[in-house]
Amino acid sequence: MNKKKAILIDITRCIGCGACYEACKEQNHLPETSSDPLRDTLSDKTFTIIEQRGDYFIRKMCQHCDKPSCVSVCPVGAFEKTEWGAVLYDEDKCMGCRYCMQACPYQIPRYEWGELNPRVQKCVMCYDRVKNGLPTACAEACPAEATIFGDREELIKEAESRIRDNPDRYYPYIYGLNEVGGTSVFYLSPVSFEELKFNTNLPKKALPNFTWEALSKIPTIVTVGGVFLTGFYWLTNRKNEIAKERFQDEQEEISKSKTEGDITDEK
Amino acid sequence: MKNNSIFKLTFWKGVALLMLVIGGYSIFLRYTKGLGAVTNLSDQFSWGLWIGFDILCGVGLAAGGFTLCAIVYIFNIKRFKPIIRPTILTAFLGYLLVIFALLIDLGRPWAIWHALVMWNPHSVMFEVAWCVMLYTTVLFFEFSPIILEKFKLYKLLKVIKAITIPLVVAGVILSTLHQSSLGSLYLIVPAKMHPLWYSSWLPVYFFLSAVSVGCAMIIFESYLSAKAFNRQLEFSLVKDIGRWIVVALGAYSVLKFMDLLHEGKLKLLLESSEETYLFWLEVIVGIFIPIILLIVRKIRENRIGLFASAAFVIGGFLLNRMNVSITSIQTFSDYYYFPSFYEIATTLFIVTVGIIVFNLIVKNFKVFEEVPVHENKFKYIVIDGREALKEN
Repeated sequence: MNKKKAILIDITRCIGCGACYEACKEQNHLPETSSDPLRDTLSDKTFTIIEQRGDYFIRKMCQHCDKPSCVSVCPVGAFEKTEWGAVLYDEDKCMGCRYCMQACPYQIPRYEWGELNPRVQKCVMCYDRVKNGLPTACAEACPAEATIFGDREELIKEAESRIRDNPDRYYPYIYGLNEVGGTSVFYLSPVSFEELKFNTNLPKKALPNFTWEALSKIPTIVTVGGVFLTGFYWLTNRKNEIAKERFQDEQEEISKSKTEGDITDEK
Repeated sequence: MKNNSIFKLTFWKGVALLMLVIGGYSIFLRYTKGLGAVTNLSDQFSWGLWIGFDILCGVGLAAGGFTLCAIVYIFNIKRFKPIIRPTILTAFLGYLLVIFALLIDLGRPWAIWHALVMWNPHSVMFEVAWCVMLYTTVLFFEFSPIILEKFKLYKLLKVIKAITIPLVVAGVILSTLHQSSLGSLYLIVPAKMHPLWYSSWLPVYFFLSAVSVGCAMIIFESYLSAKAFNRQLEFSLVKDIGRWIVVALGAYSVLKFMDLLHEGKLKLLLESSEETYLFWLEVIVGIFIPIILLIVRKIRENRIGLFASAAFVIGGFLLNRMNVSITSIQTFSDYYYFPSFYEIATTLFIVTVGIIVFNLIVKNFKVFEEVPVHENKFKYIVIDGREALKEN
């Protein structure tokens, strides 16, 4: 449990049988939404799907980013990145602003639009199973070992060695290793990820950093702004005071010189 | 007399009543059937008209409040004091309506107080929530003299007057923060937003456009209030505001195009796509036309000309916020979003409530009345000392 966990999905091995889809439904007690796993879409009742693109099958699910956007944007901290890698959601904190859905680079979080007390729903990396030392339900169910669960570092090594040992079979890139600062779900593919319509335009930089660059300036804005505004108030007010003082001085001088003048006149 | 006029049905009252009934029904449906039943929102498109218009536009349109407060109290240009009350009233109402809209849009509105106790300082939304809450409180205090005067609570009035400057300073800082932060909300989606609108300068864009639209709203409202309440338009005052708009819009547009140049995005301006057309529409309506109109003295110093310029600024501003929140997100989303009938009806309900409450307050409180003479000793126009002393 101390070590970071991850999921490795090998597209060259996936046969599109839908065992992961069924296992996920069962594990999370989700109702049936489609008779054909290949035609279903992610929803508040479906946390993983398999999409067919040409000859290949691609699993879609939460990527459990290392620096997750959802964790960063949630105003009430309803999302949590656990030490071992899963991104979890706490419905008791959520107030339903849906910024997590807006911010997720993979468009994963789903909403219970039909509910009066709606929750955000997504894959939680089988938190209860992993806690007890078990692999995720999808990895356990996969008959082709296309989805495997394990320690993050070991899975990276495994992915690297697969690419190295079978250069003809694999496109030399591990998708998810560096996207948006790294995730916990890695993909290996026989063809380029662009061809499989993966989002290949994602920045390598962790997305919360984009926000933090702006947010971290707030203390400066508050302090400098406070000094500037108060200072400006003082300046514009002081101008009036000086004008008043000068006028009073002038008046005094005039009256002084008048009295002096009177005295000289007498002499 | 007054009561009779309230119950007399005119055309506009009929329209307002219709809006309230339809909008009220939509809101009722939202709370009884859920968000999915009344909105066209989806998992791919989780923020729609209510966030784009009711919140982003609402907060921006209320920016006149902090802009004018800074001008009158910090920069000490006291001759604008007569228009400060209606402006603060607009801002205060605006923020209350934004909060009202938020309670409709939030999936679990009863949990809105969570932002008070469950902190996440890394969230822009968290910062916006706190700023809006604190600034609404500031606006309440800035607005309170109107009520305190009415009920002759002079002791409290004195307390409020004594803390005017700290209140204004706090208000300006809080506004600067959350006006710009509404732009920062989108910094985290570089790959989900059309490049014509995504920029690391988004917070600055949002701030500058809020200042210019805040000024435009002062002109717009002044003109409409003059008509509606049969008053003299403070024309000599508001025409000067036209020039500030030129400055704010000028800086805004130069920054915008410099960033497009710097990021190598200029070629996007020549594409033939819906996004490019909408971008040009926003820029031409909201920046180029009003700048040209307001630079020409004859237009600026003409009532209709000034009003039209302000209307252009407001129109362009609304386009910009809708473009940022809907058009730009649409590009990479496989879902086509257009607000539902209920979403539009709810938005119109909120606008109608705003207009009605503004009317009621103006009719029953001294919003437009000039400041009483004895308070003129607080006038800080920089003039020669003779006059300054006279006032004592």
